Amino acid sequence: MAKVAIKKTSEIRAEYYRPNSFPTIWCPGCGIGNVVASMVRAIDTVGLKHDDTVVVTGIGCSGIIYNYLNFDAYHGIHGRAIPVAVGLKLANPRLNVIVPMGDGDSSAIGGNHLIHAARRNIDITAIVVNNSTYGNTGGQFSPLTPTGSITTTSPFGNIENSFDLCELAKGAGATYVARGATYYSRQMIDLIANGIRHKGFSLIEVISQCPVQYGRRNKLPTAVDLLKWQKENTVSVTRAKTMSPEELKGKFIIGELVNIEAPDQEYTARYERLIEKARSGGKS
Amino acid sequence: MGKVTVISGNEACVEGALAAGVRFFAGYPITPSTPIAEGMSRRLPPIGGKFIQMEDEIASMNCIIGASLAGLKVLGATSGPGFSLKEESFGVAMLMEVPCTVIDVMRVGPSTGMATMPAQGDIMAARWGTHGDHPVIALAPSSVRECFELTVKAVNLAERFRTLVFVLTDAILASLLERVEIPDSVETVNRPRPTVPPAQYKPYQITPDGVPPMADFGAGYHWYASSNMHDERGFLATDQHAVAWTLAQRLRDKILKHKDEVTFYSTEWMDDAEVVVYAFGSTARSARAAVKMARAKGIKAGFVKTQTIWPFPEELVSKIAEKARTIVVPEMNMGQMVEKVREVVCGRAKVVSVARVDGILIPPAEILEAIK
Ligand code: SF4
Repeated sequence: MAKVAIKKTSEIRAEYYRPNSFPTIWCPGCGIGNVVASMVRAIDTVGLKHDDTVVVTGIGCSGIIYNYLNFDAYHGIHGRAIPVAVGLKLANPRLNVIVPMGDGDSSAIGGNHLIHAARRNIDITAIVVNNSTYGNTGGQFSPLTPTGSITTTSPFGNIENSFDLCELAKGAGATYVARGATYYSRQMIDLIANGIRHKGFSLIEVISQCPVQYGRRNKLPTAVDLLKWQKENTVSVTRAKTMSPEELKGKFIIGELVNIEAPDQEYTARYERLIEKARSGGKS
Repeated sequence: MGKVTVISGNEACVEGALAAGVRFFAGYPITPSTPIAEGMSRRLPPIGGKFIQMEDEIASMNCIIGASLAGLKVLGATSGPGFSLKEESFGVAMLMEVPCTVIDVMRVGPSTGMATMPAQGDIMAARWGTHGDHPVIALAPSSVRECFELTVKAVNLAERFRTLVFVLTDAILASLLERVEIPDSVETVNRPRPTVPPAQYKPYQITPDGVPPMADFGAGYHWYASSNMHDERGFLATDQHAVAWTLAQRLRDKILKHKDEVTFYSTEWMDDAEVVVYAFGSTARSARAAVKMARAKGIKAGFVKTQTIWPFPEELVSKIAEKARTIVVPEMNMGQMVEKVREVVCGRAKVVSVARVDGILIPPAEILEAIK
């Protein structure tokens, strides 16, 4: 591969960010800005055609991601970003459809859509910013909040188990699944870039920090505390292979978890073949 | 010369949608609207269109919104429970101004109700089902031919006004077989698209017509489709009272200022009518029979069939009230349309409701009783 010069932040800003949209609404120390920066770097690295790239978001702190970028963008209702993305992609398979969502958006209210998009293996890139909470509504527990956490709706500690969203996507049929963390920015760019390149449904979960609504209630009041927590509670795919299930308990495995190359099994590719079949009178 | 054929109301909706240029359908099985989805799954792929069966009703509605943003003409179809599930997303299509057509094959509700039995109980749900204030266009056919014609009209109006349009049919029309002529082509309307360069494009521009041009996603315009209150450029205006108020009024006015373009009705025996039956949908079939029977008995009865449910044809009803002594409103619900008629008539004539919710098409004799 030819070596490409790394673009300066100012160049990236001029190319992909909407002028005069700063400062962002996110709280100081929030991890979402970091995810956006990585997402944009990934889009640039892959070299997606700007006009063909659309961003689809839902509701929550992560739902506002589109607002600082200059792509065609959809900002809709809670939990429904994925079906909108499916409609866009199927209607025009040329589009690169990128769907940043929060943990509540993607795993609770929109959980059904996530697993079915994974099952269909439709070529959209879902990026789940997992900050362990519903930040926008003031810090309630989500299906990805660690058990025991104090939140505004679990004042005595969260008694619910949390999803392993990556395992869920894998089980549902996603052909690219990865987990990153804002602590590992460089890796996050690569994971998102590979997800975008992948032909099929991609899920990239990014563990992010919400110091304001989650951290301060859980003895991790600053971004630094939460990033340290990320460092202590994540293990790489390679290291995880050497660890026992006991040792892995409560740890997040980061890196590429699934990467199945089968472009002809992607949904819109299958659909093109369906159209050919239907055009020839139903005979294959 | 078109093609003469015997088909059901559901099939006529499919034919109408295809004739109008619909090339994308997303749906979920639900009685009695399922044959529309089945028809689309069979008819779309051979012409390069897309049909997708989604995981639920909500996904189906959001999926057609996405496809419409990509530039295709889109259709959804459902029945009562599915209609309720889609309601939040209806508001998206309206506020975001994404052309969508949704057919609601009405069945007895609430809840699961009587799944295979006809009703007209979604009149008010169509008007106010999604929260907040919003414009709405809803058309109701009363025959298989009208299922075809009004589906064409609905798709055209959705594009013309960049909005959501409902076609309210019912479980009778769904499977009723009638002879219809499918024309070789119909008049179609495409949404207004921008003619300015991307830098000057405003997706929610305040145009004299009230309908802003809409760029396809992927066409290089880089715009925001927003379900929040937004300004002309689509940027968040969630704390800007004047911008929100301007938007809400434009959304209302773009329909109400063009009421003549969305009002469809027909009248019979009205010249000397003292008692007028005001009907819609399948019930209009019984109503017309009842008026004919009344005329045979020498009663000066008249018949008005409205195809436009919303926006409510106030001028039409007001005109009836000026001349008629009595207005009879038959409907397969517990009296939804009649409320609106009463409000407009405002005491100028006697308004009689003939209403029932038992899955039975109101027989002409029952309407005749009310005429007498
Ligand atoms: S509430 Fe949390 S997630 Fe939301 S912007 Fe603030 S720090 Fe970020």
